[in-house]
Amino acid sequence: MAIFQAEDSCAKARIDSPWVTLHRYYRGSPPVPATALLAKALPVHELSIATSVLTTASDLALEHGASRVLSITLRIGRLTCVHEEALRYSFELIRAGTPSAEATLTIIPVPVRIWCPTCENEQDLSGIQHLACPMCGTRSGDIRAGRELDIESITLDTPDNETPDGHTTHS
Amino acid sequence: MGTPRILEVRTKILKKNDETARAMRHQFESLGLLVVNLVSSPGTGKTSFLLETLRRLRDRGETVAAIVGDLETDNDARRLAASGAPVRQIMTHGLCHLEADMVERELADWNLAEFGYLFIENVGNLVCPTSWDLGEHVRLALLSVTEGEDKPLKYPGLFNTADVAAITKCDLATACDFDRARALTNIESVRPGMTVFETSAKTGAGLDDWLDYLANRRDALGKPASTACP
Repeated sequence: MAIFQAEDSCAKARIDSPWVTLHRYYRGSPPVPATALLAKALPVHELSIATSVLTTASDLALEHGASRVLSITLRIGRLTCVHEEALRYSFELIRAGTPSAEATLTIIPVPVRIWCPTCENEQDLSGIQHLACPMCGTRSGDIRAGRELDIESITLDTPDNETPDGHTTHS
Repeated sequence: MGTPRILEVRTKILKKNDETARAMRHQFESLGLLVVNLVSSPGTGKTSFLLETLRRLRDRGETVAAIVGDLETDNDARRLAASGAPVRQIMTHGLCHLEADMVERELADWNLAEFGYLFIENVGNLVCPTSWDLGEHVRLALLSVTEGEDKPLKYPGLFNTADVAAITKCDLATACDFDRARALTNIESVRPGMTVFETSAKTGAGLDDWLDYLANRRDALGKPASTACP
């Protein structure tokens, strides 16, 4: 990680105010060299999310001595503004060269669920624009589900000498 | 050949970001520093709103600072610096939102104990910033009268994750045929019970209520959330 001052514009900025400082950002320690920079250069937040998923999967594969990640299952809530197709596209785009290069990606969409104080139970909503009970119409901001941005499970192709507690028998 | 092994991970995809944000929030709280994250579409008037907020807080004798994120240019930081407050620009060079580690790095050489309030103006975008916690205590979603009353319905995720909302440019409401009741109904629809400030950076309308709200939130730092949330 390095921070560089943008000299020219900074010098000009100082004329306006001594307080303005400018920093150029260069993202540190990309989990996948070169491709992580790509993820940071395109204005799609799904690329950042795909990068995080791949980093987690790579870390787990390394930790368990697995050569490959076979599958990844995510749970994505409807309120997260994460677009499934964009996430899949991003995942495909940046996974080459990682242990997840051939992994199957499963995305489980999670609907918004609110607590209805009138019906006194939880209700799943079909959309995300009207946070109101579909049975009685009572509005409720008590959200019980729909904000998930979770990795549910990851299947690894682990070496046969790995013990059940997840540690390899050889150091 | 190895053996397939299913790991029930059950972890947040953005765990690293969330952990960084949580640690920063804890640090802010210990210093009595209230942090506000401003999110809206480009052109809502975030910078004008923030400039007036900084000016008026300074007039009240408060110590304030701001960080502003944009894809390119330091124009917003220059504008905000006119308030006299310390301001820094993060240029994301294409990234559509700020992440916790970017804020953390930017704050690394600041003596945060000097400040009572820190504002983070996010990249103008109604979708991408939604999922990234920046360690803030208050997330403010802004909507201008020139954008149309149905913005909250079009982008429910952003309004839903915000704590409070501000309607900006209210001085233009008549010229824009702004349907105030409909806008408020739409905000209520996607975020029932949300506090809404109706403001104008030009006339100053609604800003005192906003500043009073911030003062209350700052007083409540470190106390149970039930007394701090609207």
